[in-house]
Amino acid sequence: MIEAIGLTKRYGKTVAVDDLSFTVEPGRVTGFLGPNGAGKSTTMRMILGLDRPSAGKVLIDGQSYAQLDRPLRTVGALLDAKWVHPNRSAKAHLLWLAKSNGLSAKRVDEVLDLVGLTKVAKRRAGGFSLGMSQRLGIAGALLGDPKVLLFDEPVNGLDPEGILWIRQFMQGLAADGRTVLVSSHLLSEMAVTAQDLVVIGRGKLISQSSTTEFVERSTENTVRVRSPHADKLGAMLADKGFTVREDEDGSLTVSGAVSDEIGDIAAAGGVVLHELSPQRGSLEQAFMQLTGDSVEYHAELAETGK
Amino acid sequence: MTLLAVERIKLFSTRSPWWCMLLALGLTIGVTAIIAANWDNAPMPVLGAVFTHTFGLYVIMVMAALAVTTEYRFGTIKSTFQAVPDRISPMIAKAVVVVLLSGLVGLASAFGSWGLSWVLADDNSELALTTANDWRHVAGVGLVFAAGALLALGVGALVRQTAGAVSIILVFALVVESVVGFIPNIGDDIQKWMPFTVASKFIFGDPDPSAIPEGAGPPAIGELSPWGSFAYFAGIALVIYVISLVVVKRRDA
Amino acid sequence: MIEATGLTKHYGRTVAVDDLSFSVEAGRVTGFLGPNGAGKSTTMRMILGLDNPTRGRVTVDGKDYRSLHKPLHVVGALLDAKWVHPNRSARAHLQWMARSNDIPDKRVDEVLDLVGLTQVAKRRAGGFSLGMSQRLGIAGALLGDPKVLMFDEPVNGLDPEGILWIRQFMHRLADDGRTVFVSSHLLSEMAQTAQDLIVIGRGKLISQTSTEQFIKDATEDTVRVRSPQLERLRELLDGRARVADAAAADGALVVHGVEPSFIGELAAANGITLHELSPQLGSLEEAFMQLTKESVEYHAADADQATDARPIGSHESAG
Repeated sequence: MIEAIGLTKRYGKTVAVDDLSFTVEPGRVTGFLGPNGAGKSTTMRMILGLDRPSAGKVLIDGQSYAQLDRPLRTVGALLDAKWVHPNRSAKAHLLWLAKSNGLSAKRVDEVLDLVGLTKVAKRRAGGFSLGMSQRLGIAGALLGDPKVLLFDEPVNGLDPEGILWIRQFMQGLAADGRTVLVSSHLLSEMAVTAQDLVVIGRGKLISQSSTTEFVERSTENTVRVRSPHADKLGAMLADKGFTVREDEDGSLTVSGAVSDEIGDIAAAGGVVLHELSPQRGSLEQAFMQLTGDSVEYHAELAETGK
Repeated sequence: MTLLAVERIKLFSTRSPWWCMLLALGLTIGVTAIIAANWDNAPMPVLGAVFTHTFGLYVIMVMAALAVTTEYRFGTIKSTFQAVPDRISPMIAKAVVVVLLSGLVGLASAFGSWGLSWVLADDNSELALTTANDWRHVAGVGLVFAAGALLALGVGALVRQTAGAVSIILVFALVVESVVGFIPNIGDDIQKWMPFTVASKFIFGDPDPSAIPEGAGPPAIGELSPWGSFAYFAGIALVIYVISLVVVKRRDA
Repeated sequence: MIEATGLTKHYGRTVAVDDLSFSVEAGRVTGFLGPNGAGKSTTMRMILGLDNPTRGRVTVDGKDYRSLHKPLHVVGALLDAKWVHPNRSARAHLQWMARSNDIPDKRVDEVLDLVGLTQVAKRRAGGFSLGMSQRLGIAGALLGDPKVLMFDEPVNGLDPEGILWIRQFMHRLADDGRTVFVSSHLLSEMAQTAQDLIVIGRGKLISQTSTEQFIKDATEDTVRVRSPQLERLRELLDGRARVADAAAADGALVVHGVEPSFIGELAAANGITLHELSPQLGSLEEAFMQLTKESVEYHAADADQATDARPIGSHESAG
């Protein structure tokens, strides 16, 4: 579990992180979102004890990073997969890491197996593809069997198989009861990866909630209805005070109702349904809605022509 | 003409060419100034003023090689070929810009060295540019810089890597050409056909060797006349450059 | 329009692209997908005339790229945002490109404005973040107002706003009637961006079709059903369709093999109230994994094949 309490970081006159408080629960994958310059990296660096907060604190399982006896056994982080000497083998890289933390060589074989690199353990890391480097980085993060894991843009540069693998891997770590905090700009990917979200903008907390809640709260939820008696059903729904819009393909879009109510009304009126699907907004829509004011940098949505 | 402007923008919008040019001028003129200020006993000859041009030549060749290799290093060569896919015309435009510029730097360094010697030497009676040979000793530096730049462009385009191209050029000019002289029997015969050795004959040589004052320059060796020597050096540069064009055209970018 | 016919590229004994034929239509965003090492980058490089095909050809609007006179007016491409001299300013980088194709300096300012880099135009490109480099690359692609645009991983390094911006931008370019060809590994992003897909694996064409059709062909559609009389409905469906409980264990049924209208009619005929009846489409990711299984070069359990088909030094990004 990670707890930030009134966390603040100033660089000169710039306030990078401003009185930020949130908690990251174990057993869930928590996404860490925010526009560029929102303070995500600074926050992650403070969690790892790399930057010192100007005010407030961040605790890992109740202790600050500096108080941790063997920090790498508590927190593992993958911030940049390229921090490996290119001429050293994957195994040698992990062996020296393990040694430096008083971990056994057996653990090296275990983590290599865990990330699926056993067969290439003796090859030089410089010849690894980005996906393999990423796995090696994760193996390093897992060496100390930490309870808390941080990932910064973990799917960057990975191919679809690598993306799927890392998503499932992070969910597996969470299912083991670990605390997993992932920062990413890829919202469509985060929507299928993270159960919880911590969203910040301009260094301040914008929202902390489950992903589902986050999306439901800030987007309009509608229900799509298709029926051979769409006219009749539409009139019945309008009578009940729902806003009904008829789409080009003859289906109805109903706002202000949950699908259960519509189903009840249809059944009561003996109307056959061909579709009754709740339409949820996307994480992207929700995110844009909530962070609209805190984006530092706007590219103009100008016209394309000359 | 537009492609010349393109290459001009490319060359002058980064800092390393400026540094190379300043260094080339500073080295040649600076060292000449020290020599000239300490030249006593005898009147300073014209050759004494251009003695240092080889320092500048190596720097300018590095600049020329960089003009190609940095394009490969940073991938801009792909943007270049994307913009002008026939590949040959941007390479020629680059050569025109780099060669002209190198020639100008050569002239500036030679006349700069000569002018400063005129001011600093105790006795500048021999420094006056009176004969065609005197002019060649000084103005010829511009031609050697230009041809050297063309050679370096060719090597750069063939090798594509800065470290590789620069080492080839410097090791060849500074080490290989002197070392071949030590090969028994045939060493001297090979050495006198080495391009940089021949190029220095163009600067230092004289149709009448007795006209060169003692200690006024390195011994000018070679079979060719001074202008023949330049034609030989420029010819080698051109051949390597043309080979590089053919390779660049065929190779994957 | 881009057309590849029997396009083949060998690097030594490695076959990077193998007899590949496809066409990319104008007026649509076409996604170019494939696992690492499938030959996507090599193909894009051949389209731009940077690599020479071993066999076959690829044309842009009917012409070889290398025969185009002022190609930036025809094709704009962003293959690698890092292809910029780090000590050159953003503006100087665009200026030399513009000059080479007789594009006026005014257009440089326009594209800088378009991608939102006007304020940093004079800063050296080496100090740019990945997102800013990406915008600079996009600006370069737009310089000649070309009819054909190619992007390799355009959202790399962009933040959510930038990602949304580039997606909407590509849609607008296609709506203008331009040909937009985008390669990406981010399938959830491509599902929202691309109308058509070209999928390759091990250098060979796996599929060329619309995104919708691609997903339909490779995944099974299901229907999610909730009802206060769920057990009754389950009995009625028994024998007519395959029924399972939803994975989320939220009291919904997942029905395979029938249309939602069939279930709706069945429910109505038997007086069953429905609370949800949603057709569930497969994801592009599922479809992609299904179809490229055979051709993925690197498997976690089988890492021996992890080779890169390219010679070292001249090819930076894996394809």
